[in-house]
Amino acid sequence: MVSGNVSSLMTSMALPAVLASAAALIVVSALGMIAARMALGRILVYGLSLILSAAALAVSLAALLAQGADQTVTLPLGLPWLGAHFRLDALAAFFLVIVNLGGAAASLYALGYGRHEQAPQRVLPFYPLFLAAMILVVIADDAFTFLFAWEFMSLSSWALVVAHDRRRDNLHAGYVYMIMASFGTLALLLAFALLAGSDGAFAFEAIRAATPDTALAALVLVLVLIGTGSKAGLVPLHAWLPLAHPAAPSHVSALLSGVMTKVAVYAFVRIVFDLLGNVPWWGSMAVLALAGITCVMGVLYALMQHDLKRLLAYHTVENIGIIFIGLGLALAFQAYDFAAAAALAFTAALLHVLNHSLFKNLLFLGSGAVLTATGERDMERLGGLIHGMPLTAFAFLIGCIAISALPPLNGFVSEWLTFQAILLSPDLPSWGLRFLVPAVGALLALSAALAAACFVKAFGVTFLGRPRSKAASRPRETDAFSLTSMFALAGLCLLAGILPGYFIDALAPVAKAMVGDSMPLQSDLPYLSIFPIPSRGISYNGLLIFVFMAAAAAASAALIHGFATRGARRGPAWDCGYPDPRPETQYTASSFAQPIRRVFGTLVFRAREDVTMPPPGSTGPARMTVRLSDVLWDTLYAPIGLAVEQIAGWLNALQFLSIRHYLGFVLAALVGLLFVLALWP
Amino acid sequence: MIPNIAVQAVQMLLVLALAPLLIGFVRLIKARLVARQGPPLLQPYRDLIRLLRKEVVLANNASWLFRAIPYLLFAATWVAAALVPTFAYGLIFSWSADLIAIVALLGTARFLLALAGLDIGTSFGGIGSSREVMFATIAEPAMLMIVFTLALIVGSTQLSAMAAFLSSGHVGIHVSLGMAVIALIIVAIAENARIPVDNPATHLELTMVHEAMILEYSGRHLALIDLSADLKLLLYLSLIACLFVPWGIAPPGADFAAFAVGAIAYIAKIAAFGFMLAVFETSIAKMRVFRVPDFLGVALMLGLLATLLMFVSRSL
Repeated sequence: MVSGNVSSLMTSMALPAVLASAAALIVVSALGMIAARMALGRILVYGLSLILSAAALAVSLAALLAQGADQTVTLPLGLPWLGAHFRLDALAAFFLVIVNLGGAAASLYALGYGRHEQAPQRVLPFYPLFLAAMILVVIADDAFTFLFAWEFMSLSSWALVVAHDRRRDNLHAGYVYMIMASFGTLALLLAFALLAGSDGAFAFEAIRAATPDTALAALVLVLVLIGTGSKAGLVPLHAWLPLAHPAAPSHVSALLSGVMTKVAVYAFVRIVFDLLGNVPWWGSMAVLALAGITCVMGVLYALMQHDLKRLLAYHTVENIGIIFIGLGLALAFQAYDFAAAAALAFTAALLHVLNHSLFKNLLFLGSGAVLTATGERDMERLGGLIHGMPLTAFAFLIGCIAISALPPLNGFVSEWLTFQAILLSPDLPSWGLRFLVPAVGALLALSAALAAACFVKAFGVTFLGRPRSKAASRPRETDAFSLTSMFALAGLCLLAGILPGYFIDALAPVAKAMVGDSMPLQSDLPYLSIFPIPSRGISYNGLLIFVFMAAAAAASAALIHGFATRGARRGPAWDCGYPDPRPETQYTASSFAQPIRRVFGTLVFRAREDVTMPPPGSTGPARMTVRLSDVLWDTLYAPIGLAVEQIAGWLNALQFLSIRHYLGFVLAALVGLLFVLALWP
Repeated sequence: MIPNIAVQAVQMLLVLALAPLLIGFVRLIKARLVARQGPPLLQPYRDLIRLLRKEVVLANNASWLFRAIPYLLFAATWVAAALVPTFAYGLIFSWSADLIAIVALLGTARFLLALAGLDIGTSFGGIGSSREVMFATIAEPAMLMIVFTLALIVGSTQLSAMAAFLSSGHVGIHVSLGMAVIALIIVAIAENARIPVDNPATHLELTMVHEAMILEYSGRHLALIDLSADLKLLLYLSLIACLFVPWGIAPPGADFAAFAVGAIAYIAKIAAFGFMLAVFETSIAKMRVFRVPDFLGVALMLGLLATLLMFVSRSL
């Protein structure tokens, strides 16, 4: 009874509570500024962030599960005639869960990890601000508040990206990030301007009520794809992401990769599914094509990396592709009123949002543990860490299996649902989609296989084998806070993998609100299986697979140890009789990826391998040089950068004019604007 | 309920018992085809028992993961093999995974084995792992395209539904089905490390892939890995049998006679496939490693083409 009251109170006060925690986080940031240089500052900032995130997580989870009515609050902030509108509906509640779960995990981790921070005064003030900004984006209910929070999020995360400004790479990363973020916001600004119309109806309520015509909807879709895609990392707008995400401290990298990209997905869903509606079928083709390319390019880029954090960041690009495949399919089904299929595709995408936030956070936190233990991010100088850090290795392994979409963990479930949605699409009447969807399905299958290769490499080279440098040879297990955080995330990965029915059911109200239908109720099915499309009798039971596997492994181990032998002896490695104790004889990250580079890289990266052999009789070394070129950067970004530089050079002349010239420009601008106004219909 | 569970248990034990026999059979036929006497049919069982009773020799720097992987690998492969219909379809646990999940379970097994290859930090382990995952990056999407094709013909990714539909005789002739069977055979050859992709008989050769990954294993660990490899071959042959030659397979809830017919038909089919495999392997040479992607690419393209045809022909 009491608990019932508490939970109903929690859900009815959910939005004020979330707002209050965002406000409190801003206060914490001020505390962080004051106490940054003291050890107390770290405990205060991360401890309070943990408490506030956990509270907001509990409240938003309760709101999502209770499926209560939408709540709105209007505060007298922002534009005077508009105010700041906030709203908590099912979609916002779900993404609040993502944001705050990630925030809580990162804060808990940082309680231990933050001890190694060299520049706490550059991290502590911005960390809570970043968390608050992400919360505000998700609950904003008018265009002004949304864009304000969005920019706030960009700037606070930018400050964290350039926190370690001694490294030149980081400054470059921050610069590229700043440009891409501004560009994305510009696109969103234009999109909202088009949506709000000339009378400036910026409240989401008004935008939702209006029905734009097809051309306008298509234009908005393109702008939103640019605006949110540049934040989420859709190829070809991903260029900043693998630079910026690894540059930040690891717990912030986890938030950038695991959470902020999801806020961008939120923005896409909010604008396209909720506010816009009426997206033509060829709009979904654009989304699907971009998403399919993003998938494969992201993972191929990841495979070529040997910096652990950069590998993880590139891999985020792949997962964003998977999420957008689900969203694109949902749009396609929606365009033809296939509500059940749209619900399946949409739920698959949202489940992948959750799953990716879980394992990507886990992996970035693990990479942070590696970084503190060894001071290295370069996999070519790591190896054998499983001996010194067995617990970190275990948690990281769970994350690797989950992200590779392998059963019985969670990544598989959402990819499986996406595959099932793809298999429903031959019913679509449009020929374009019928040709595109199987190709996207093939790209998704390809990226799933490449992801497994990528994480065999990431785990195998970092944690297995023999240490490749002195730094890696004496690793110490990371602290208890970090381990708790990582194991909590690993546990959630397993839970979402073996009991997906409950997670799918929790998403039902979101799907209902966004695509008008939801997947059938899963959690009351026998044996906790999931049946995404009951009429087709397709099912998956992660729990049973897990139990079978555990039982088979345990039984075989018990039988063999009991009845055969349990003897074991240590000796030197066999290696066909020629073991070489030097760690250089091992496979490295680059050599591991060499076969894949040879098969795919010649096409995608124009990879070239040149081997120079010493002349016969010489004892000089043979050298192999590998040259990769980032085709997208060379063909897209470099020319734009060059053009901007050129134009800036020309405009430079404007800086040295007299006052008369400037006044003349002002007059010309004024006349021009008046002219436009006069001609405006 | 109880009889259903019993049938499922019989299936699980049957695949476990038959897998080494299949390997012994293929080896025997291969030996006879090149006019050798060959090992006795039951030699794989003797090898397994001998290995199980020997102590394990671990490399000095082998980690806990290295010791756990054989058991996990065996568990994943066995569960996958137990879910593929053999003598009957629609078994009680068949709904716990569809064909995509079975393929993914094999993916889990491969992921673990590739990690094991990297654990000791020897050059052979690395070469095996890196080549194995390279093959998998083409073989796995090819397999999924085959699954897509079948799913679009049958309307379900559930193996039991596929077996029921394809054994019902209402299938007709599909070009896609023909492409799928060729693609599946190519994938099966590559996945099981058979000639021309890899040579299961080699042990000390630079071109080995599967054997290179497991080079450091010995004793009971090696026994489990070998048994898993045997199970995987049986799994793929059972898959081809239940999808493309489903005759004689018993429907759910059949009586004992039907099960017996199903079992005899199954063993006959597997023996026939084993014979064909032996003939194929003796009549072809191993490929260079970087020809394998082209070989597997054929499977991927056939699968993709078959899927596209199914997508496009839906309304015709």
